[in-house]
Amino acid sequence: MPEKKITLSVSVNGVAHTATIEPRMLLSDFLRHELGLTGTHVGCEHGVCGACTVLLDGRSARSCLTLAVQAEGVEIETVEGQGSVDQLGRIQEAFRQHHALQCGFCTPGFIMAITDMLRHHPLESDEQIREALSGNICRCTGYEHIVNAVRELARERGPLT
Amino acid sequence: MKPAPFEYLAATSAAEAAEALAAANGDGKIIAGGQSLMPMINFRLVKPTILIDINRIAGLDRIEKHGERLRIGATVRHRMTATDALVHRHIPILHDAMHHVAHLTVRNRGTFCGSVCHADPAAEMPMMTLLLDGTIAALSIRGERQIAASEFFVGSLMTSLEPDEFVTWIDIDTLPPETGWGFEEFSRRHGDFALACVATTMRIVDGVACDVRFGMMGVGETPLRLPDIETLVEGQAISERLLQDVSEALKGLLQPNTDIHASADYRRHLAGVLARRALRDAWKRATFRKDGPDA
Ligand SMILES: Cc1cc2nc3c(=O)[nH]c(=O)nc-3n(C[C@H](O)[C@H](O)[C@H](O)COP(=O)(O)OP(=O)(O)OC[C@H]3O[C@@H](n4cnc5c(N)ncnc54)[C@H](O)[C@@H]3O)c2cc1C
Ligand code: FES
Ligand code: FES
Repeated sequence: MPEKKITLSVSVNGVAHTATIEPRMLLSDFLRHELGLTGTHVGCEHGVCGACTVLLDGRSARSCLTLAVQAEGVEIETVEGQGSVDQLGRIQEAFRQHHALQCGFCTPGFIMAITDMLRHHPLESDEQIREALSGNICRCTGYEHIVNAVRELARERGPLT
Repeated sequence: MKPAPFEYLAATSAAEAAEALAAANGDGKIIAGGQSLMPMINFRLVKPTILIDINRIAGLDRIEKHGERLRIGATVRHRMTATDALVHRHIPILHDAMHHVAHLTVRNRGTFCGSVCHADPAAEMPMMTLLLDGTIAALSIRGERQIAASEFFVGSLMTSLEPDEFVTWIDIDTLPPETGWGFEEFSRRHGDFALACVATTMRIVDGVACDVRFGMMGVGETPLRLPDIETLVEGQAISERLLQDVSEALKGLLQPNTDIHASADYRRHLAGVLARRALRDAWKRATFRKDGPDA
């Protein structure tokens, strides 16, 4: 069956992009292969690990469970929008301070999920923090240091208004 | 692990989606949150010729109260159901149940109706739809058909929807304010699918349980309502003796599977333990709410 290609316009970290793609292209592959934004990692490709987490219109989503064509008109945020090696973003800095990463494979997904959490979730107790983090898997750190980083970020943010 | 080719339509009206589904002759698939469908597409377990996206259809993203029922539109996300004030006020057991569903990122996308259509025997929303005597509205170019939840779940991941039908909304019962509820789920990690789960509601009239509802999931091919248990508890006060009878009865009623997550025996054991806890909670809450409905 010939597949009809679709022209897509999205904004990624505030930059507009237009591309003509096959409908079956996953958003994760679109970001990595079409736009060269390889900060978004791909672990399981079936929604379980969270490494591919990005923000769609401000809310976290698995980019491996989203078709690129579904993102038409959507504001996408990826880890590249958080900071650079020379100028770390606040969450990246907290990860560095608290040793919240080792190999770093899971880190972009955690950082994007935490961006959503800090904007929208109370994070008043460790229990709430752990529950909020439960959708992301890390095979290195044992999570303790990630929880420490989020606890500090939540304290810094203060209660949600 | 890349999807096989398909065409894609972002439908802008329910009628457009129904037409596309009919034209696909059984090879089309609706996509809502994509949180169950996309993994299957990535694995090529399903290979639709066309994906019909219902996310851009206006008006399906609402929870509304119609008389004694709540109507949940087809693009209402888990996050909304979990935080909606009408759900919290009129169906506190559903509010409670939603906090067991998946994780934040998945809850941002997944939909209530999509979960019911997916019909996973260990998913919360199909069980809650059955417990709350849900009605499922199925639309096709032939018109709208309303299906009772008791007729909807026919097997693991199987429903009585026709290939050209899709769901536009689901109606469920609200509960009278003095209703007590118990919701007990056991899973290995937070947000994982349940190994077993019990949901039950009751009121207390003249010192005994009435309008008892008792549902389970994770222990059969479909979510379950257990009328035998409902009859056993109806008209009784909750006592140790009664709870013992319930666990015994459950052993005979359930035929759970053995899989990599748990053995059938373990699931049967869990069922008894969770049933006791849930019934006790429901009884306690009903007492409390009867004595002080504002509490
Ligand atoms: C990591 C992870 C953990 C999860 N944990 C849980 C959990 O603990 N409990 C739980 O209940 N679920 C869990 N889920 C599943 C999640 O709740 C899904 O959102 C839900 O099962 C499907 O809803 P959806 O909107 O994403 O549907 P989709 O994935 O879009 O669709 C699922 C199926 O339903 C069909 N469909 C969808 N909408 C309609 C409609 N309106 N009419 C007709 N057919 C339709 C699709 O064609 C497809 O066959 C988990 C998912 C993931 C990825
Ligand atoms: S790659 Fe998307 S969740 Fe694992
Ligand atoms: S730092 Fe290696 S997987 Fe998390």
